[in-house]
Parts: sequence; structure tokens; C-alpha cells
Amino acid sequence: MKIRIPTHNAALWLATALASILAAPGALAQAPVGTIKIGLPVPLTGPYGAEAKDQVRNAELAIKEFNDAGGLAGRKAELLVRDDKLNPGEAAARALELIEKDHVNFIVGALSASTQLAINNVTRQRKVLYISISQSDAINEAADFSRYTFHEALNPQMTTQAVGRYVFKKGMRIAFLTADYAYGHEMTRGFTRVAQEVGAQVVGELKHPLGAADYSTFLPRLQALKPDVIVFNNFGRDNQISIRQAGDFGMKKSMAFVTPVLTYTSRLAAGPQVYEGVVGGSSYFWGIETSTPSAKRFNTSYRAANGTVEPSDYGSVAYSAVKSLLDAVKAAGSAETEKVVDALAALKYDTYKGAQYYRSCDHQSVQSVLVIGSNSTSGKNPADVFKVLQIVPGSTGMLRSCAELGHK
Amino acid sequence: MDGITFELLGLQLFTGLALGAIYVLLAVGLSLIFGMLTVVNFAHGAFFMVGAYAGFSVYRVLPNFWVCLVFVPLATGTLGMLAERVLVRPLYGRGLDYPLLLTFGLAYVMVELVRIGFGKQGFPFDTPALLQGSADIGVGQFPLYRLFVIGVTALVLGGLWFFIEKTSFGLIVRAGARDPHIVRILGIDVGRVWLLVFGLGTGIAGLGGFLAAPMQGISPEMGAPVLIVAFVVTVVGGMGSLVGAVAAGLLVGVVESLAVLFFPEAAKVSMFVIMALVLLVRPQGLFGRAGLMN
Repeated sequence: MKIRIPTHNAALWLATALASILAAPGALAQAPVGTIKIGLPVPLTGPYGAEAKDQVRNAELAIKEFNDAGGLAGRKAELLVRDDKLNPGEAAARALELIEKDHVNFIVGALSASTQLAINNVTRQRKVLYISISQSDAINEAADFSRYTFHEALNPQMTTQAVGRYVFKKGMRIAFLTADYAYGHEMTRGFTRVAQEVGAQVVGELKHPLGAADYSTFLPRLQALKPDVIVFNNFGRDNQISIRQAGDFGMKKSMAFVTPVLTYTSRLAAGPQVYEGVVGGSSYFWGIETSTPSAKRFNTSYRAANGTVEPSDYGSVAYSAVKSLLDAVKAAGSAETEKVVDALAALKYDTYKGAQYYRSCDHQSVQSVLVIGSNSTSGKNPADVFKVLQIVPGSTGMLRSCAELGHK
Repeated sequence: MDGITFELLGLQLFTGLALGAIYVLLAVGLSLIFGMLTVVNFAHGAFFMVGAYAGFSVYRVLPNFWVCLVFVPLATGTLGMLAERVLVRPLYGRGLDYPLLLTFGLAYVMVELVRIGFGKQGFPFDTPALLQGSADIGVGQFPLYRLFVIGVTALVLGGLWFFIEKTSFGLIVRAGARDPHIVRILGIDVGRVWLLVFGLGTGIAGLGGFLAAPMQGISPEMGAPVLIVAFVVTVVGGMGSLVGAVAAGLLVGVVESLAVLFFPEAAKVSMFVIMALVLLVRPQGLFGRAGLMN
């Protein structure tokens, strides 16, 4: 078969080919310094897919705002989203690929304790700045920390301090239903500490495997402990199903339901009936915009980009991480890692919920923690799902001390 | 653990029986299809999930729980028959692994289609008003809805037993399972029988999914743990035995529940321990026919 090029198009062909040859070397030379690349490994597939999708939307918003404001003297930022499938091995592989193949300047991401530690392992060895946006206590500890490691999300320690001090009273009986992995264990440890501090009594804990679909067999045992408060130290679908079934067993009549992290997405997925009366912690609820100017600005910007939906708690952490990172880039006047690390560590920022800064010993973001309760009915606005019971201002007093974490 | 009272033991035992009844409902469709067709339906969990979504979709248009309860098994059964006719049928007579791999792939396709159509996030599904709340069963409070699910399971099992053991069509089904060649020679269209059995099995799976919705909400991944439970119960009870599925379901439920009292961390593992023991001592399962897998 002969390949036929229509003659009247031949000139165009030639011109295009020539143009691309001429343009190519310039493009190659410009790419590494031209754009500031931020890698975002998040679990797009798997049980936290809905949360991960909102993390992407939020990170993109921060990138867009940076670019619309002119970037870093004309240099634009670009987001490279990767799916870590909620698997530590996959997360490490994606992080490595982002660094070696895509030559990203920075990495932001993860939505579980284990994936963030896997990514952090890769980034600190290669001296790449990484901001984690998921809860973990371990990442603050000296064993996992590095100069390049930052933690923008809340950690279980500060979450349990805020929620525990709001709920626990002297002499109360506390029981735990705990997901048997790092997240659950860290929450139990935090709540147990608060209970001791306020004089409440921990009467028992039952551990369930991750991803269980039926909790009925745990419930009679928990009821028999006769607690005043039951704490559900689990997350996502586990949290929704266990709270739903405990409610079905009539346990709300005799005890208060508490969960360390009451997420916007879980509340929407399970509905008002399931979460009625449940109290928990949160990094953010869009409803604080009435009293917080930066929240108002952030929500307005998010709505403009995404229609009528509201930003979720875990999603907005991604916004804040990318936003503050790019602020640090501007402050450093450079995208060079060492300079940006110094700038970010020194940054005082208010991206979406009030003042925040990174503590120098462990790069944990010191920030406010919200204690929220679920609204019993979906009101006029279906997004109006929580009432803010208390905003606990950020302070290092809520964190474990640098010495306790093993930092010198 | 200390503090085990008679009431607690009783309630725990009853909770285990109730959970076991739900396990029976999950396993019976899988067991039926295997026993009659020797097809290991790996898409069982996916049909379970589709049942929940089918009920949810109808409920949004017509918010009546009872209408959904009738519609869901019919819809998933029809879908199952379609899958049998178009996908599974060409593979009969080619060995166990062909339909196994096919349904394995089908499960992925179904879950992905639901993700595309309904999104990754789950949806709430509230217990119907009539069945909300709990009842006093003598040793403590127990959710009304779970009692209702046990009742439905008993009805389904009774109906199945009557259909297979007492009707002439059931006789053909049983004969077809024993020796399809002879049945064919007698002038009976075995293909039609298999089509119906597959529809029955998947319809029960869908019914289980819809009944599970008020207990756990609905999500595209809700079928995954179900498939595991259904397999364990089917293997313990004996592949293809309905009596076995009932006995094994209740056994697994009760053991899991009592394990919570004495060794909570081992509760979810207990069913696999039972399966391992049964496979070691009696490989065909408690009520299984030996040699069905050959």
C-alpha cells in the first residue's frame, strides 16, 4: 500500500514539522525551571475515593489562585495527581515516580497514616519537601521526622485533646470501639490520656478489624460495660456502619456517642438519622465562614470553581497545604527546596480557618480544632449538616512536647 | 473478660444467631447456583450490591419499602438470567474455572458501572418507620429490623425448600443437577432450568443486598465482604447443600458472637478457623456430597 499525502496539504505538513523541530529545544530547556510542579498522590480508588476527589478539587483551586495572581514572577504552578490506591507500596512507588520521572518540586498528599509514612520515607531520603494532609501521630515523632517533612492535617493527639476535654467529665465511664490499626490505636491513646487528665474512667475497649460490615456482635458486650460515653475510634464507612448499628441497638438512649473525626463526607453518606446527636472533632466546617473572614474567602472561591457544593474537611486541608506551600515559594522567591523549607517553617499563614504555623521541632501545623455536633435534620441547605459546638484555638499545649516526641 | 452475666451471654448468643441468619441469606444464593449448576458465582457480592442500588433507585421515585422488597429480587434475578443466558451459558461443560473467571471479571464490571452511574460515595438508607426501634427479647433489647430480616430469611428458605423438594419443577431441577444428560434425553430443556436457577440465586443475592441497606447503608464496595462470608458459609456447610448453608451460617454467627466475649480480637477470624478445621476433617463440608468438585 502506498502512503498518499494530499498535495495541497503537503506545505502545511512541512511547515508544522519544521515549526515543531524549531520549538522543541526551547521547550525542553524551559520545562524544568518554567513550571513549579507539585505531586499529589491520593487514594482516588478505594473506600476514601470521595474524600480524595475533593482533595484534588481543593489542591487545583490553590494552584489556580496562585497562577491567576501571576505565579512566581510569571512562573506557573502545575498539579500532578496520582492514585495511591490507599496502599503504602503503591504510594511509595507513585512518590518515587513523581520525583525521578516527573521531576516534581514538592509533594503534597496521602489520606491514611500508612500511606503518608510510606511517602515520607521516600521524600526524606531524596530531600524533597513533603506536606502530609492526613491524620497521624507517628509522623511527628523523631523516628519519622525530617527537615523536609511537614504535617498540615490535625493529629490524633490534638483532636482527642479538643474532643475529649469537651465531652469527658470527672467520674464518667468511657468505652471504646476501635478500628484495629494505627489510626484507631492513636485515637484510643489520646482519649485515654485526656480521660486520666480530667478524672474519667476508661471501662473497656473492643477492637474490630478494618472494613467490617457488621458490628452487632460487639454491641451487647459494649452495652454491658454500662458506659456514659462510647467513642467510635474508626473512620469512613466503618464509622458510618458501626454508629448506625449501635443506634439500631438502642444504645443512644443510655450513652453519648462520640467519634474523634466527624467528617462531612461520612455525614452526607450516612444521613441525619444515623449521626443524630453524635459529637466529634474536625479540622474545618464551611459554616465557620460567618465568623472567620478567611473561611468566607476560601468558600467563595471554592464555590466559584465547583458550583454550589461546599468544601469538605479533608479536602480543604489539601487546599491549605498547597496554598501555604505556594505562599512559602513566594516568600522564598524561589522553588528551590532548601529555601522553601526554611520559608515554610517560618511562615505564619491564614489560608482558610484562622492563623496557623508550623512548630519548629516537628513541623506540625499548630491550628484550631473544631468540636462539632451533627444536625438532626437536613435543613433548607442540605450542606448545613453540623453545628459548631466549640472552636478550640491552636496552641502547642494541645500537642505532645518536643521532648516526648524524641526531638532534641 | 470479667462481668459476663446470664443476660449478656443470652443476648450475645441471640445476636450470634441473628447474624447467622443474615449469613445464611447471603450464602444460600451462592450455594444454590453451585449445587445445581456447579458454577462458582464470583459475582455474587456484586449482585448483592446491585440489589441495594436497585432498591435505592426505586425508593427515590416511589418511597415504599414493601414495593422495593418485591421489585428488587425480580430485577436482580432478571439481570442474573441475562448474565447466564449471554455470558455463562457458552461456558457450560468447560470446567469449573471458566465460569469462575468470567463471573470474577463480571463483578469488577458491575462495581465499576455502579461507581460511574452513582458515584464513589455511599448513600444513606433509613430503616422503614414501621421497623424502627427495638424489642425486648427477654435478655435485652434487640433491633426490630433485624428480627424482620430473620423472618424474611426463614420465608425465603421455606419457599426454596418447598420449590425444590415439593414441586414437579423442583424435581426437574434436582434431576438436572444429578444427571443433565438423562434429563435432556427425557425431552426436557435443561437450559431453561439452569436459567431459572441462576435467576433465583442472583435474585436472593439482590434481596440480601436490599435488606442489608438499612443496616449498613449502600456503597459500590458493599458486596466485597459479603462474597467472603458467603464462601465460608458455603464451604463449611458443604457446596450445594441448603441444609448445610443454614447450619453453617448459624454456626459461624454464633461462634463469632461468643468469641467477642472471650477473645474479641479473634471474632472476625473465627469463621476462617472453622473453615480450616472443616476442610481438614471433612473436606466436602458438613452436609456436602463428596466428589461434587471433581
